[in-house]
Amino acid sequence: MLSTAKSALRPSLARLFAASATKRSLHTLPDLPYVYNALEPYISEAIMKLHHSKHHQTYVNGLNAAEQSYAKSPSVKEKIALQSALKFNGGGHINHSLFWKNLSPSNADGGNLPDGPLKKAIERDFGSVEEFKKQFNAATAAIQGSGWGWLGYNSATNRLEIVTTANQDPLLSHTPIIGVDIWEHAFYLQYQNVKADYLTAIWNVINFKEAEQRLAEAAN
Amino acid sequence: MSTHTLPDLPYSYDALEPFISRQIMELHHKKHHQTYVNALIAAEASYAKSSTPRERIALQAALKFNGGGHINHSLFWKNLAPASSEGKGNGGSLKAGPLKDAIEQTFGSLDALKKEFNATTAGIQGSGWGWLGLNPTTKRLEVTTTANQDPLLTHIPIIGVDIWEHAFYLQYLNVKVDYLNAIWSVINFEEAEKRFTEGLSSSKL
Repeated sequence: MLSTAKSALRPSLARLFAASATKRSLHTLPDLPYVYNALEPYISEAIMKLHHSKHHQTYVNGLNAAEQSYAKSPSVKEKIALQSALKFNGGGHINHSLFWKNLSPSNADGGNLPDGPLKKAIERDFGSVEEFKKQFNAATAAIQGSGWGWLGYNSATNRLEIVTTANQDPLLSHTPIIGVDIWEHAFYLQYQNVKADYLTAIWNVINFKEAEQRLAEAAN
Repeated sequence: MSTHTLPDLPYSYDALEPFISRQIMELHHKKHHQTYVNALIAAEASYAKSSTPRERIALQAALKFNGGGHINHSLFWKNLAPASSEGKGNGGSLKAGPLKDAIEQTFGSLDALKKEFNATTAGIQGSGWGWLGLNPTTKRLEVTTTANQDPLLTHIPIIGVDIWEHAFYLQYLNVKVDYLNAIWSVINFEEAEKRFTEGLSSSKL
């Protein structure tokens, strides 16, 4: 069930989820690649602490519990009944794991898109980096409920595209290049109802190096 | 085509303290609900100008989201009331009567209803609403949910609780269950009973 999502992930990340399919070892909350206040002033320490140690942790716990139940379930009907718990918590774990890695402190190259294949592809597919950000933010802000905005790589057309997913659905149709959480817990303490300000600010801490690595892996 | 407006709250912004903070009520009413009203008006204006089924279908999402947001929040403000436990109003107080009888018959007790309602509402995977609804066919009370801003269409709404994060996050952070426990102190059971008795006597949704 997670196999399609796995194939879209970096090999190292895919291995993280492969363990459960074979040995049923537990999933764990990945450490952030930076300290909780590292994304200030764009994303507050208070948000990062709650988002990582509470929200993401809850998805990890929920996923482990759902997989345990799934392994024990004797019938097709019971397995199907467990799908939504696996999708919600599995998706939550996948999405947030990708998210932490595609953010980085602004004093550690966060927000900096150097010349290279990613910048070229963005300019080719959107006209300019500014136009890309504009379209991304509009699409993400327009999600009617909770969800994620993605820059995704479409391997069929070899193009970068803006896609959204609802709730904690993982991105399956494209290879995730950049993901942005637009659930209210991702920004509300700092930006309240003004989603647009959060979406403008987050570009200062997007890890374009990680994004470029994901594109390089996907395009090969 | 009459226009929609943001309904006034039946109480002041701090009236539901300490169960729902003034800060939340102000943002929730003046920003979130107002945005649904504005966007509903805009969507209806586009719909009135549209001439093909394709255009109309394309506008359905905006009408459902913003129309639902307006419907749901309008119901919500009215099924909340200042807490009787704070000596501020009748919120949280379920008096003897047809609603109390129906709750006890169907769920065993008010506490049992709260337990089921809270578990079901907390289990929503994303944004949405928890509802105590009256099944129009069986005339039984049931706990049900809707996703995002979908309005409740299958039942007559008796009590609605917003579980979008904007409804509680500033005060309760990630601890949804604390919000769900607290809100029962400000549920307007008088309004709920009115909806219940009206629903029993009506023949349709």
